[in-house]
Amino acid sequence: MKIVVCIKQVPDTNEVKLDPVTNRLIRDGVPSIINHDDKSAIEQALRIKEELNDGTTVTIVCMGPPQADVALREALAMGADEAYLLSAREFGGSDTCATAIIISTALKRIGFDLVLTGRQAIDGDTAQVGPQIAENLGVPQVSYAEEVTVNGKEVLVKRQYEDRYHMIKVQMPCLLTALQELAEPRYMHAGGIIDAYNKDITVWGFDDLKDGLNPDDIGLMGSPTRVVTSFGKMQKGAGVKYDVPAEEAVQIIIDKLEERHLI
Amino acid sequence: MSKNIESAKDIYVVAEQRDGKVAKVTHELLGEANILAKDLGEKVIAVVIGANVADQAQEMLEYGADEVIVVEDDRLGEYITEPYTKALVQMIEEYDPNIVLFGATSIGRDLAPRIAARVHTGLTADCTHLDIDMQKYFDFLKATSTADRDAIERKLGMDDKTLKMTRPAFGGNVMATIRCAEYRPQMATVRPGVMKLVEKQVGKQGKVTIMKPDLTDEDFNVEIVDIAKSEGKIVDITEAKVLVSGGRGIGSAAFYGELQKVADRLGGEISSSRANVDAGWIEKARQVGQTGKTVRPDLYMACGISGAIQHLAGMENSEYIIAINKNEDAPIFEVADLGIVGDVKVIIPKLYEALDKYFEEHQIN
Ligand SMILES: Cc1cc2nc3c(=O)[nH]c(=O)nc-3n(C[C@H](O)[C@H](O)[C@H](O)COP(=O)(O)OP(=O)(O)OC[C@H]3O[C@@H](n4cnc5c(N)ncnc54)[C@H](O)[C@@H]3O)c2cc1C
Repeated sequence: MKIVVCIKQVPDTNEVKLDPVTNRLIRDGVPSIINHDDKSAIEQALRIKEELNDGTTVTIVCMGPPQADVALREALAMGADEAYLLSAREFGGSDTCATAIIISTALKRIGFDLVLTGRQAIDGDTAQVGPQIAENLGVPQVSYAEEVTVNGKEVLVKRQYEDRYHMIKVQMPCLLTALQELAEPRYMHAGGIIDAYNKDITVWGFDDLKDGLNPDDIGLMGSPTRVVTSFGKMQKGAGVKYDVPAEEAVQIIIDKLEERHLI
Repeated sequence: MSKNIESAKDIYVVAEQRDGKVAKVTHELLGEANILAKDLGEKVIAVVIGANVADQAQEMLEYGADEVIVVEDDRLGEYITEPYTKALVQMIEEYDPNIVLFGATSIGRDLAPRIAARVHTGLTADCTHLDIDMQKYFDFLKATSTADRDAIERKLGMDDKTLKMTRPAFGGNVMATIRCAEYRPQMATVRPGVMKLVEKQVGKQGKVTIMKPDLTDEDFNVEIVDIAKSEGKIVDITEAKVLVSGGRGIGSAAFYGELQKVADRLGGEISSSRANVDAGWIEKARQVGQTGKTVRPDLYMACGISGAIQHLAGMENSEYIIAINKNEDAPIFEVADLGIVGDVKVIIPKLYEALDKYFEEHQIN
């Protein structure tokens, strides 16, 4: 069986700040990491591989700039078998729709039985790319996966909702989107890190995918959605602190809740 | 560019229901759609989808829909991605909407992207603000942001009637406004809890159309083998609008019961610092911070939490922060909008009583 995990390299958003003058993101010195949900998807794929122990392989696919190969190396060091980096000027500026078109074109070429993605990325938080890849591949999706079991050609998924779980049986080929809770990622081990640097990462640009890709559907110009502007929120004024008797404190809280339409 | 830019009309709200009960976010969307529809000179159409849901049409009209389309099939009782997608794509092809709105729930965020990819249009996730009218959009920017108004006016002009969809990005560090100018419908999922309800108009009339979607058994391509409704709710604290969060200062696991009562009153959830998770007082899924979840609710109430940097990392982007701590030098006060120096064990029960009284006086249940 062939498992493909789609990952994204993201800035550690806790450290991203906006330049108050230019309104641009300050990314200098902000560390890049594998998106949390995606890392849990990698871990889940590796566990399935180890459990089945039948020649099942784990392939990692990442679309991003050349530097994103660091994320792929990390995935290889965790134990993945092979890695693809989709990187081209033509891909830049893609929204979720265009991104899903590029990734699904690559997946059709790579081949797959089971595709795993993270539920959402911490920089964009859209949760759209996974379902949109599934749509382009014409396979069923189960998103918000919290537990996954493979039985032959069938996958049993515990799918989370706000108020319930569905236990869903789905036939491969299919796509699942992983919650961070799905599987606690392992650490890279020393041998794995050395192996990871000996493995090749396949880099595909536009030419490698052009047979299945309409240039009008990708990149900034091919994206249906465009950012009009991005901006920082107004700095909130310094907070107020009260050291008053409890009754009074409670009244202050109630007034504030009312003022902010929280009650 | 899609061909239907000129013809596409009206704002469609896809209603969400579970077990026959309409989700609150649907009411919120109808309220917001009403405001947008006036600015556009178009109608609000609610789309109800499910099994035996026709009797929800009246509720849609009363909460602000001008018309209702009921997409009904006996097999649509529980949400399944493919048949819901197929049925709603048929609806879109038949009716040619200008705008389609969904709640940004675990259903909407699964369904809307699949539909958008199938009809090849843009979708903006998790919006917290929507505008049609440029003047209103500028008023909003002026009140909340550092955005460069002139540059936007040069780009769009004052007559622009596309949907301006504003959402947080980069963990809430940045806001972005997004448009889908060249494709229709313009689609967005909207975060629950951010849009205001309009006053319910009891007995309001409007056209109701029943649509039988064309579905085959093959469309039901996954099988739901079991449904477990969680006794307590299953929570994803990152989606909660209000978090009442307890730290070591609450003194015991049992006190989470008191925090829960306050959270229930505010329509929120309880969460925790790591200290209490490590102590086994509460489950790990509710931990906020660097090694827990990053949250940005409308209200984060930190009760007996010192405000260690690893904790702040997970909550400092919350819209409004109230901190209650008996140590007036606790670092949590540096990020709090409202700081209360005092004993949580005294204040929380009194706060619950006061909320109870408030709701009674305002006749809210
Ligand atoms: C690598 C690493 C990762 C970490 N990740 C996280 C994380 O993800 N999340 C997290 O929360 N922590 C994390 N921590 C732990 C963090 O450093 C703190 O130890 C922890 O947040 C402290 O929890 P606390 O505020 O509940 O407890 P304390 O620091 O003990 O604070 C208790 C507070 O309660 C107040 N108090 C006591 N009694 C009362 C009362 N009756 N009324 C009012 N106030 C009272 C005290 O004044 C004090 O400020 C991490 C630490 C490390 C090293």
